[in-house]
Amino acid sequence: MNKPTPAAGAPAPLNRDIKTIVNAGLKRRHAAERHFRWYGLIAISLGLAFVVLMFANIIGKGYPAFWQTYIQVPIQFDAAVLDPDGKRDPQTLANADYAALVRAGMRQLFPNAQGRLELRALYGLVSSDAAHELHRRVLQTPALIGAEQELWLLASANVDTLVKGNIDRALDESERPIKDNQIEWVNKLQAAGKIEKQFNAILFSNGDSREPEQAGIRGALMGSFYTLLVTFLLSFPIGAATAVYLEEFAPKNRWTDLIEVNINNLAAVPSIVFGLLGLAVFINFFGLPRSAPLVGGLVLSLMTLPVIIIAGRAALTSVPPSIREAALGMGASKLQMVGHHVLPLAMPGMLTGSIIGMARALGESAPLLMIGMVAFIVDVPKSFMDPSTVLPVQIYLWSDLPERAFVERTSAAIMVLLAFMILMNGLAILLRKRFERRW
Amino acid sequence: MSTTAIETKVALDQALNLDTAPRKQSSVEVTDYNNRQTVGNITVDNPKMVCRGVNVYYGEKHAIKNVGLDIGANEVIAFIGPSGCGKSTFLRCLNRMNDTIPICRVTGQIRLDSDDIYDKSIDVVQLRARVGMVFQKPNPFPKSIYENVAYGPRIHGMVNDKAELDDLVRASLERAGLIKEVDKRMGEPGTSLSGGQQQRLCIARAIAVNPEVILMDEPCSALDPIATAKIEELIDELRENYTIIIVTHSMQQAARVSQRTAYFHLGDLIEVGDTDQIFTNPKHKLTEDYITGRFG
Repeated sequence: MNKPTPAAGAPAPLNRDIKTIVNAGLKRRHAAERHFRWYGLIAISLGLAFVVLMFANIIGKGYPAFWQTYIQVPIQFDAAVLDPDGKRDPQTLANADYAALVRAGMRQLFPNAQGRLELRALYGLVSSDAAHELHRRVLQTPALIGAEQELWLLASANVDTLVKGNIDRALDESERPIKDNQIEWVNKLQAAGKIEKQFNAILFSNGDSREPEQAGIRGALMGSFYTLLVTFLLSFPIGAATAVYLEEFAPKNRWTDLIEVNINNLAAVPSIVFGLLGLAVFINFFGLPRSAPLVGGLVLSLMTLPVIIIAGRAALTSVPPSIREAALGMGASKLQMVGHHVLPLAMPGMLTGSIIGMARALGESAPLLMIGMVAFIVDVPKSFMDPSTVLPVQIYLWSDLPERAFVERTSAAIMVLLAFMILMNGLAILLRKRFERRW
Repeated sequence: MSTTAIETKVALDQALNLDTAPRKQSSVEVTDYNNRQTVGNITVDNPKMVCRGVNVYYGEKHAIKNVGLDIGANEVIAFIGPSGCGKSTFLRCLNRMNDTIPICRVTGQIRLDSDDIYDKSIDVVQLRARVGMVFQKPNPFPKSIYENVAYGPRIHGMVNDKAELDDLVRASLERAGLIKEVDKRMGEPGTSLSGGQQQRLCIARAIAVNPEVILMDEPCSALDPIATAKIEELIDELRENYTIIIVTHSMQQAARVSQRTAYFHLGDLIEVGDTDQIFTNPKHKLTEDYITGRFG
């Protein structure tokens, strides 16, 4: 009854001791922590699952594209067809009817084929590139003329698709791109061991083509290479110089602030806007050619510059002030301080930022559509001014085509693009790890 | 606002009469805490640097208030005082390191020999070659030991060939008492040395350009007692050739290495005099309070 009244202002006495109070809440706290850990795990596994799914899908679809079906055909390099006057004149050899040799070879394989339609179906088993292949061989070794050889000739895309099991043989003849008699011939060829899958070198040596079996990514790769070269040559020096100026030399006033805000905002501008800008300025105003890697590089430079500037400034700020003080205290001028100490220390960070910016530029397609790099271009570009396309745009173009054989090529091109992305990001990580300095 | 914190404390002490704790009878001449006239003789016979009416402002803040002080040739002068009293700020005026702070403004006159160092005709590059600096935290460049010392001579174009540079680097390391420890490892990064060695490397780097004055901003505050003893020994040896100004938090260090001591308080130079006199017989009440450990 007569508890001592607590002194005024003192905290009210606890009716339980602190141990019980803490223990009561402990269970809840641990549970919250456990739950949080679970949410994290779930989020990560979900993310990883999607990555795995994406890769499995792309690789599953794309890897057959790295193999290509070839048919073994007996070819008689008939001197009467190739070189009637026997002079081995390159002009005559170039104009000779190599397709006739291929046709003769096919007839030799299946002498029973009769009638115009059936023969056309038979000739359709090999690619139209087979004739060019014969021409190339004759040019390489003129001694072939008059000889007979069993040659592996590129099969047409439909045969390739059939051999890879992507055509349902049970479908009605009218619903599949390959005829019944063609299937029969392919079966016979397979039984005789005259059909073989070889590594698809064409994918890496040819430009785009309407014939899937002749389509390659070389043109797009070279286009990407030239475009990125222009982008890097322009955006890295300009971006690095801008970062150095803004960080080290610019007076701290309202103008500098305004420029800073604008650069930061530019990094968030949708890339297609840069494409429109490029179209208006570089093509319409300066009259540069459409579809040229030079213009693509200019546009991508605009897009990459803010990224490089921001990364560069971050790298410069991370150089400790004690290094700057040390250099200044020795009597180094500001430019010497930057050139001898700050810039070398910031360089790995700047390069890392640039490589990540370049990787983004490599994967960019929208702004390039605006400047006409979306055209169907067969020739592999040989300079900055040749019309060309880039890898992501090539993927976009192929994804639109109806032929089944382009589906696997689309995925294969995506795999190549991803490989370059991983390579570039790996390089960035390597640079960061390698040149990381401790002070 | 914060400038009055210590004054308030002192005033409070007075009001509560805590002042009368038993201690040796003081013989101070200035007992008024609010008197900020510099006590003691600010001039010397053969000054290396002469400062008159120096004021420093950080934006609105008046960091150094009308300080006048001579720094004698080949003397070690210590700047002491509580944190934030402006001793480092004043030190950094002497080689214009404050120039790097955009909001900092310096008025008054500072002369090195006969040159006004804030004159337009004086280039900071030249000034900093004549007035070297050693910082609080050892800050060798992340380059080799050799390159650290060779940097100054190289940028100022002091040597003609590699052999000359080699000699200069070795001589500087020798004078900084570091040569024995680094003789075999000149190519290793300067940052691989211990803290005390790094600081001596920074001193070697500073003396490699043969400056006239060396500023040291709490050079031992990041070091252990043994490394500190080595640096203090080094300072004593360097006095023969250089004028040294050292900012220190340690009064014992000031007493050990310096011939003259200047006591700063909230931007004012309160008292300056021979080190012996400052530590045994301070003239200003604030100095006495500080050195007897009543605040700071």
